Amino acid sequence: MSSQSLALDNPGGLLRRLSDLLYRKPTLYLSMLLIPPLLWFGAVYLGSLLTLLWQGFYTFDDFSMTVTPDLTLANFAALFQAANFDIILRTVSMAVAVSIASGLVAFPIAYYMARYTTGKTKAFFYIAVMLPMWASYIIKAYAWTLLLAKGGVAMWFIQALHLQPLLELILGIPGVGGNTLSTSHLGRFLVFVYIWLPFMILPIQASLERLPPSLLQASADLGAKPRQTFMQVILPLSIPGIAAGSIFTFSLTLGDFIVPQLVGPPGFFIGNMVYALQGSIGNMPMAAAFTLVPIVLIAVYLSIVKRLGAFDAL
Amino acid sequence: MRSNAEKHGEQASWGLKLAAWGGLVFLHFPILIIFMYAFNTESSGFSFPPQGFTLHWFSVALARPDVLEAIKLSAQIAALATVVAMILGTLAAAALYRRDFFGKESISMLLILPIALPGIITGLALLAAFKRFGIEPGFLTIVIGHATFCVVIVYNNVIARFRRTSHSLIEASMDLGADGWQTFRYIVLPNLGSALLAGGMLAFALSFDEIIVTTFTAGHERTLPLWLLNQLARPRDVPVTNVVAMLVMLATMLPILGAYYLTKGGEGVAGSGK
Amino acid sequence: MTLAVQFTDVSRAFGDVKAVDRVSIDIQDGEFFSMLGPSGSGKTTCLRLIAGFEQPSAGSIRIHGVEAVGLAPYRRDVNTVFQDYALFPHMNVLENVAYGLKVKGVGKSERLARAEEALGMVALGSYGGRKPVQLSGGQRQRVALARALVNRPRVLLLDEPLGALDLKLREQMQSELKKLQRQLGITFIFVTHDQSEALSMSDRVAVFNKGRIEQVDTPRNLYMKPATPFVAEFVGTSNVLKGELAMQLNGSPLPVSIRPEHTRLANGEALDSDEVEVSGLLHDIQYQGASTRFEIQLENGQNFSVSQANNQWQLDDAPVQQGQRVSARWARGAMVGLREEM
Repeated sequence: MSSQSLALDNPGGLLRRLSDLLYRKPTLYLSMLLIPPLLWFGAVYLGSLLTLLWQGFYTFDDFSMTVTPDLTLANFAALFQAANFDIILRTVSMAVAVSIASGLVAFPIAYYMARYTTGKTKAFFYIAVMLPMWASYIIKAYAWTLLLAKGGVAMWFIQALHLQPLLELILGIPGVGGNTLSTSHLGRFLVFVYIWLPFMILPIQASLERLPPSLLQASADLGAKPRQTFMQVILPLSIPGIAAGSIFTFSLTLGDFIVPQLVGPPGFFIGNMVYALQGSIGNMPMAAAFTLVPIVLIAVYLSIVKRLGAFDAL
Repeated sequence: MRSNAEKHGEQASWGLKLAAWGGLVFLHFPILIIFMYAFNTESSGFSFPPQGFTLHWFSVALARPDVLEAIKLSAQIAALATVVAMILGTLAAAALYRRDFFGKESISMLLILPIALPGIITGLALLAAFKRFGIEPGFLTIVIGHATFCVVIVYNNVIARFRRTSHSLIEASMDLGADGWQTFRYIVLPNLGSALLAGGMLAFALSFDEIIVTTFTAGHERTLPLWLLNQLARPRDVPVTNVVAMLVMLATMLPILGAYYLTKGGEGVAGSGK
Repeated sequence: MTLAVQFTDVSRAFGDVKAVDRVSIDIQDGEFFSMLGPSGSGKTTCLRLIAGFEQPSAGSIRIHGVEAVGLAPYRRDVNTVFQDYALFPHMNVLENVAYGLKVKGVGKSERLARAEEALGMVALGSYGGRKPVQLSGGQRQRVALARALVNRPRVLLLDEPLGALDLKLREQMQSELKKLQRQLGITFIFVTHDQSEALSMSDRVAVFNKGRIEQVDTPRNLYMKPATPFVAEFVGTSNVLKGELAMQLNGSPLPVSIRPEHTRLANGEALDSDEVEVSGLLHDIQYQGASTRFEIQLENGQNFSVSQANNQWQLDDAPVQQGQRVSARWARGAMVGLREEM
């Protein structure tokens, strides 16, 4: 028989009474849930970010190679010196070029996936794009060093197709070429495009999927030829997806230091500079100042791209 | 089943088909090359075309103490980071999936930040903080770094599942006499099950492969990616590097596929965005 | 007789909105009590207050004499059948039904046996091994019922449990539920927006409107003696006459209600002394099989309905035509005086 009293006679153990308390006080329950993650992120993550930025104000004595907590803006000012500014320019121009190229290469793939595949084929394409995205970054970079090497696959193909003259020509162009394929800007550019490509494909594909077919039918119904429908309807509506993908390509290129090291002509990227400064040199303040550049640039880029609707496409 | 376009009599042009499939080939070609090289007889390791087929390098690689050491270290770090990420991610998801309160959006942005900002920023920031407080970079610092950006991976998967779970299930459980803990154990956890597992697997894969933040937060430890980076300066060791690279690829593809199958057909496929 | 549930001045506000506004009810032990009203009227909120899923902003709720405010749902001897059934998808039917016993620590063989018994009570004895997703809507509803009843609660709450079922099934379940309640003798508190459902099953019904209770009474009294215009028009259909017309016909400015089936069309004979009459333009005739409904537009613009049973088994020519001027008559005593709108 059920108990005569309303509340069970046995108030239960400590756990049950704790459950009662949390039920009566939902705010307490919420705080208990949030405190561990917030503590971690607040202390560990935000704390370290602020420490880093604060370091940017410290002074680095070139002679003694030590850091002193004298506050100064010299580090940030130094960013505008020719040598440093070169680095920044080099990195940003590569980031922009890679984003544009990735967009161009990714679009047909995403478009085909979204509009012309269904069921098993679509799942196949999806996995086929996702797996390289999650495959180890360092291995992908490593694979390209093998590909671009003097005795590697790329050279083999070029020789087999008798394209050496063309290669020489391209390698001769300043800003694009270099001594060999693997020490050329082109090589570095190719590697970047390759590695970030899946990050561009998936958001574009997602935003194309969301395109209601009735829009395209309406366009055709109103007399537009397929090419016009594409230019006037599909392309503008896929801009949020392209913008979303570009967030990844832009910010990932800005911060990378491994690919520039492995492939391409000598010349630091922001990432290399940061790594070098904090490493053996120990100039943490300058390194911190340099990291501010991608932070600011990404923040600016995010605000531009947000207006294009990228956040809804993520 | 016919695709959207095919329903209206459109066929993809040959150019488009070529571009799409060509793109896929482009994406997979370098990976397949590594696989091919792993079996290559020649010790230069990257010549083309391959000379012969052999399993010799596999046995060499797996006997190398530095390889085994690196694999073991990466696995331990990934396991620990994943556990921390699963706990913190689930707590955050439980707090944020329903209620609306002041600061809710900022918290979700905060969780995304470690993965949204480039790795050097996260890595350098952590290093600066560790140095400031006199903590020596080592095993634990690597775990802390990895756990921080793995949280959002678990969080995304778990919160999507929470949102799909009808709240009346929790009410029904309490109505039938189960208190908060019993409800969590018997009702919530089983329903979260596969989403939590998927998130954990993705977090594990992410941590296992991570290199940028790790370079800043590691002391003398050498995780597998760091080992691979180091190998790039050793041209004579290329065959062993190839074998290890291939094994690592295969090993991390499994959790990714697993996570995909666990969550497909549901709220949002795991792994669709890092 | 003990009170199963007692609300005293209970209010529940969500921000500025008062979902429940100073409600007081006494629900007797062992009665089939329904809470009826349109959506948003507060009836479901009241049910959830009894179950413990919400806490009142003010007032006291006593369940079998014990104050329940502040008690979690698992502390109350009350069980709920949910509108969406809320069956646990990862357990089979038998495990679902046995759940309440499991969390109380009942041993495995005993709880499975009792679960089987409960399933038998709802005629699903052989379905124990199935998963909820394999059942039809009606079957899931019965599993939800068994799952609640196996715990032998003293009060069973039902939150619009029949809403998703089709008409025939709904009617069948209505009589089954009523039978079950009589058999078990426990208090059933039933929430619905369907007035015919509430009337046919309940011992008493509380009619909710905008967070308040307008009337609590037996089905018959609710129908024959509605207290307010809202009740008159929500329970069945009614003609509610106000203002000057009410003054004229009833001698009081308060509104009156007269049911369409208590009126008839005048045949030309003289007005009886205990009858009153209104006239207007007949603008619609609706043949409804067992009865015919005549819609008349009165002088003051109001619509007046007359419903007459089609007693004749012979087909006659229609006595009246659309567009005619007609009069509706009824006995003075058939009018019910109402309170003003709340």
